[in-house]
Amino acid sequence: MSATALTDTATLTGRALRHWRRQPTPVLVTLLFPILLVLMFGYLLGGAMVVPGGGDYREFLLPGMFAMTMLFGVETTYTAVATDAARGVTDRLRSLPVARGAVIAGRATADGLHAVVALAVMLACGLAVGWRPHAGVGPALAAVGLLLLLRLAMIVVGIHLALLLRAPESVVALQILVWPVGFASSAFVAPQTMPGWLGAVAAYNPLSATVAACRELFGNPGWGGDGFTARHAVALAVAWPLAVIAVAGPLAVRRWQRLDR
Amino acid sequence: MPAPIITTRDLRKRYADTHALAGLDLTVPAGVVCAVLGPNGAGKSTLVRVLATLTRPDAGDARVAGHDVRAEPRQVRARIGLLGQHTAVDEVLGGRENLLLFGRLHHLSPTRARARADELLARFDLTDVADRPAGTYSGGTRRRLDLAAALVADPPVLFLDEPTTGLDPRARTGVHDAVRALADAGTTVLLTTQYLEEADRLADTVVVVDHGRVVAEGTPERLRGTLGADRVEVLLDHAGDLAAATDAIGAATGATPRVDPDALRVGVPAADRVGTLGAVLAALTAAGVTAVDVTLRRPTLDEVFLHLTADRAAVAR
Repeated sequence: MSATALTDTATLTGRALRHWRRQPTPVLVTLLFPILLVLMFGYLLGGAMVVPGGGDYREFLLPGMFAMTMLFGVETTYTAVATDAARGVTDRLRSLPVARGAVIAGRATADGLHAVVALAVMLACGLAVGWRPHAGVGPALAAVGLLLLLRLAMIVVGIHLALLLRAPESVVALQILVWPVGFASSAFVAPQTMPGWLGAVAAYNPLSATVAACRELFGNPGWGGDGFTARHAVALAVAWPLAVIAVAGPLAVRRWQRLDR
Repeated sequence: MPAPIITTRDLRKRYADTHALAGLDLTVPAGVVCAVLGPNGAGKSTLVRVLATLTRPDAGDARVAGHDVRAEPRQVRARIGLLGQHTAVDEVLGGRENLLLFGRLHHLSPTRARARADELLARFDLTDVADRPAGTYSGGTRRRLDLAAALVADPPVLFLDEPTTGLDPRARTGVHDAVRALADAGTTVLLTTQYLEEADRLADTVVVVDHGRVVAEGTPERLRGTLGADRVEVLLDHAGDLAAATDAIGAATGATPRVDPDALRVGVPAADRVGTLGAVLAALTAAGVTAVDVTLRRPTLDEVFLHLTADRAAVAR
């Protein structure tokens, strides 16, 4: 990467950070909403939840909420990129002598920073409600790495969808679609408590891979499945996001290049 | 004649079933204001997008400030400013932050970018609102910031795509004054417009585009010339006077008058300008015909425009 590319990426990352400083409310909502979910599921519904094989429900829930927080990130990325595309800002940026790829790289860097902050907030929230990592620093860091990898995949998906639709208001559809992906997973409840077909969907849901891997690496209670996905949770938590990036990445790059049509 | 700074040769661009550009040839000398005039869908915006490296043409060549738009887009981008059809500033950031952002992306040093931002804020009367989010500006103010952002790198070539569409007359005048000032300072300006008076007022040279092709070009004066000389137009009071007036004017000027019976108008070319006017007035008085109004005027660009794009209108009908 040339010096210009680095400078341009830094400039565009700085622009996104300034947005958050200028308009803190939407960012605060993205940081606080997962906490609300933790309180809702951990305390309101948690009493009725039974973790298969025993274990505290909040210990079970928090890795699921970490992954959900990363999943929600797709909305942040989508909104930012779609707004620029719809308002003509993307075209203005393309008419400047900006290094190739810097606009996307700046977005990805800013959203990566957002993910780090969001995850830190959630980890603190978890610690406050009694969740603990039990398996040591190394595995805990690995879990954080897997969560950020999931967010990276969501950045790529968000950019692709935004360049495809160029309609910031469509984020509402995305917000709705995120829920079935989130709930039809092992994030909130164990798949074996679901009807057979739905349990299978939940077990193979890419989100479940990250959730299961995090439970393993944090030493939290899992859902006790002994199927393929349960036995290879960490490998799948690496493979799924990489597969998503491998598909959505080239599509996003192609969308970007096709803006000149 | 200065060397051309914008040239296109046989530029073509097709979208689905429309030819946005159908072999467009254009030459703009350095330092002039060139107005690209045409109806909606004539290809004006596509032309600007191609020249500003935003849209890749299907075929043909385009060079801007010495560089090919396809082969060397970065070099072109470093030498142009673009004001798109819709205002495109960052609405969350303030005016100053916008100008700093675009200055930095033009690779000005932080110090230089800051100085340039202050300079442009003052020049476009934006200092008072510099730190408010641009989204809170009025349409005209936002457009001024948009224009300031296009000028951050002091580009030798400026593209303005319908710069005053949607602005109130006052804001429009502001943009016109800014464009004139830039042109006086030597910037080459290519602007698209649907407003003939805008082209008339700002442009050194006018290019009329229709169906993705140049259908006429020249100075506003010369384009008027394509419709013939000045005209004397007589507006009558009674339809009953039409025949007498036509005969009298025809005899006095030796030309065949054009008669619009519905509007009660009779017109002839005024080869001798005021002389013709006097002859027409005398002939009308002698024939005992009362005129409501008599004018001596040049054809407007509107008439030129309607004349040149008449085929299209006929097809649309």
